[in-house]
Amino acid sequence: MKKKVLLMGKAHSGKTSMRSIIFANYLARDTMRLSPTLDVEHHHVRFLGNLVLNLWDCGGQDAFYESYFERDRETIFRSVELLIYVFDIESDNPEKDFDHFSGVLEAIEENSPDARIFVLVHKMDLVHEDERDVIFEDRQRIIQAHSRGLSLQCFATSIWDETLYKAWSEIVTNLIPNIQLLKTHLDDFCRISDADEVVLFERATFLVIAHTSQNAAQHNFDAHRFEKISNIVKQFKLSCGKTQAGFQGMEVKNSLFSAFIDAFTENTYIMVIVSDPQIETAATLINIKNAREHFEKNFARS
Amino acid sequence: MSSPLPKVLLFGPRRSGKSSIKQVLFSKMSPHETLFRLESTPTPQHLIVDTNRLSQFELIDFPGDWDEASNNPIFLGLSCFVFVLDAQDEPYDLVLSYLTNLISKATKVNPRIHVHVFINKVDGELFLSEEAKYDCRRDIVSLVQEEMETFQGLDNVNVEYYLTSIYDHSVYESFSKVVQKLVPALNTIESLLNVLVERNGMEKAFLFDVASKLYISTDSNPVDAAGYELCSDMIDVVLDVSGIYGGRHNSDSNREIDDGSKGEGEGGEQDKSVTEEEKNGYYDSESCAAIHLSNGIVLYLKEVESMLALVCLTREESFGRRGLVDYNIGVFKEAIKKMIEVAGPK
Repeated sequence: MKKKVLLMGKAHSGKTSMRSIIFANYLARDTMRLSPTLDVEHHHVRFLGNLVLNLWDCGGQDAFYESYFERDRETIFRSVELLIYVFDIESDNPEKDFDHFSGVLEAIEENSPDARIFVLVHKMDLVHEDERDVIFEDRQRIIQAHSRGLSLQCFATSIWDETLYKAWSEIVTNLIPNIQLLKTHLDDFCRISDADEVVLFERATFLVIAHTSQNAAQHNFDAHRFEKISNIVKQFKLSCGKTQAGFQGMEVKNSLFSAFIDAFTENTYIMVIVSDPQIETAATLINIKNAREHFEKNFARS
Repeated sequence: MSSPLPKVLLFGPRRSGKSSIKQVLFSKMSPHETLFRLESTPTPQHLIVDTNRLSQFELIDFPGDWDEASNNPIFLGLSCFVFVLDAQDEPYDLVLSYLTNLISKATKVNPRIHVHVFINKVDGELFLSEEAKYDCRRDIVSLVQEEMETFQGLDNVNVEYYLTSIYDHSVYESFSKVVQKLVPALNTIESLLNVLVERNGMEKAFLFDVASKLYISTDSNPVDAAGYELCSDMIDVVLDVSGIYGGRHNSDSNREIDDGSKGEGEGGEQDKSVTEEEKNGYYDSESCAAIHLSNGIVLYLKEVESMLALVCLTREESFGRRGLVDYNIGVFKEAIKKMIEVAGPK
C-alpha cells in the first residue's frame, strides 16, 4: 500500500531535518550538516511493514515554488494522501510564507481534494517557554484564516524535544487502516495483564501507533511520556549501533514500577508498565509472549 | 565529616573548557549549552561532589591563567590536579610552560600530587581521525617532557594524558580515571569486582556513580570503549525511564509506606535541596534494569548503594541463571556496604 506524502514549506524551515530524525535515525544536532534540498527529493519509507510512505520532500526556495505551481503542478499535487506543511516560527517574511501556503492549498484542493492536511509550526524551541502557547495559538489562528475552508490540524514542534515525535505519531496513525481494532485488542491485553499502561511503537521509527491505560486517573504521568520513551529508545539504539549490536528489549524497575520494552510483532515494539508489586516479572513476560502470538495472527503482515 | 575531602583542582588557560567540563559532568548541562551559557570564571569555584558514599571529593574550578601557586596550601592533602588545555589552540608553547610552572610549584608543596592533563576539544574538523588525536597527544607529551627537564626535581612526577571532548564519552572516562585515584579502597573494590566477574562468567563489570556517570572502579579486564559507552548510556536510560514512570510525582497515598521506609534508610544524611532529592529519588534501593542486545550480550544494572550502580556486560547464557547472578551481586553489595562502614560513617 503506497501513500503519497508531500512535505512542503519555506526554505530552511526544517523539513529535511525532521524527516531525517524521524525516518533516518538522525540525532537532532546532526541535522546541522544537512544541505538544502534541491527540487524534490523522493523517499520511500517502509512503515509497519506493508505501508510505504512515498515522501516528497519539496525544496523550499522561491524558484522551486514557481515550478511547483506552474509546470509541475499536476505531478506534484496529484493523488496526495497527506500534506505536511512546515512553518518556521522565526520566519523573517511571514506574509510570503502565507502566500505560498495558500497557493499550495489551492493546488491541493484542485488535484487531491481528499488529502489530509497537517501544519507544523516548527522551531518552537526558539520561542521562550512561557510564550509558546500564546504564540502558537496566535499562529494557529492566522493559519486557520488562510485555510480556504479546508480542515487541517496544527502542531507546535521542535526537533529538540518530544513534540516532533508526537506530531508525527499522530500524523502517521492516520494512515493505519485497522487502527481501531488494534486499539481494542491492546485495551484487552492491558486489562488481562493488569498493566497500568501498554504502548505500541512502530519498529523502525519508534513512533507511537497505539496506547492504552488503566486507572490513569490515579497516576499523574507526564503528558509527553510516550514521545520521551521513543526518544530514549532511539538514542540508545544509536549507541548500540556503534558496537554493531542491535537493541532487542529491556526492563527497568525501581520500587514503584516495572517497565518492559520488547520487540513485539514483526513491525512493532511494545511497552508494558506495571506498578502492582504483586505481579511477578515472569508473569508479565509470559503475557507479552502470548499477546505476541495473538497479535501476529490477527494483524496480518505484508 | 572526619577528614577533609580529597580535592580535584581544575587548571588551564582561559577558554580551554574547565567550567564546561565541570558543568557537563556535575550539573547535567548539555555540551551545546556550554557554548553560550557559561561566562568566564572570575574566582575559584568550589563544588562538593558527594552523591555516593564511596567516592567523594571537592572540585575546585580555577580562573584561567590563575597564578597564585607559590607555596599555596591548596595542593596539600590527598589531591590531584587536572590541567585542561585547548587542543585546537596552537601553538602550545605558552600553555605548556604555564603547565610545567604549575607542576613545579605544586610539587614543591605536595610532592605526591597526581597530575592529569586533559587535551580537550579533540572534536570538530581538526580531529576527525583518531590519528590526528594521537599525533596531537604525542606532540604535547614530548613538549611537556622537554619543558620539565629544565626544572629541577621533576623527574619523579608522573603526568598522565587524556584526549577529551565534552561531546562524547571521553571526558567521562578520563575524569573517572582521575577520580579513581582518590578512592581510598580502590584495590579492594577491584578485586571484589574481579571475583564477581569470574564467578558469574561476566564479560565486564563497572561500579558507577549514577549521578555523574563516572565509574569508580572496574574489574581488571581491559576496558573496551564501546562497552563502557553502552553501560554509561544505560544509566541515562534507567534514570530517564524511571523519571517518567517511577518518579515521586505519581506516588499516591497507598505508597507512603514505601517512601517512609526509604527515608529511614537514608536517615541522618545532610539536607540537600529538594530538586536534587527528587531527581535522585527515581533511583532507589530496588532499581534494576536489563537490556538485551542482538549479539547475545545482556547489560545488567543493579543498585548497590545509594546512587551507586553495578553495571555488567554478560552473555545471555550466563544471564540465564539470573537468580544466581542476583545472589552473587547481593554478596558484592554487602561487601561494599561493610567497606563503607569500616571506612567511617560520613
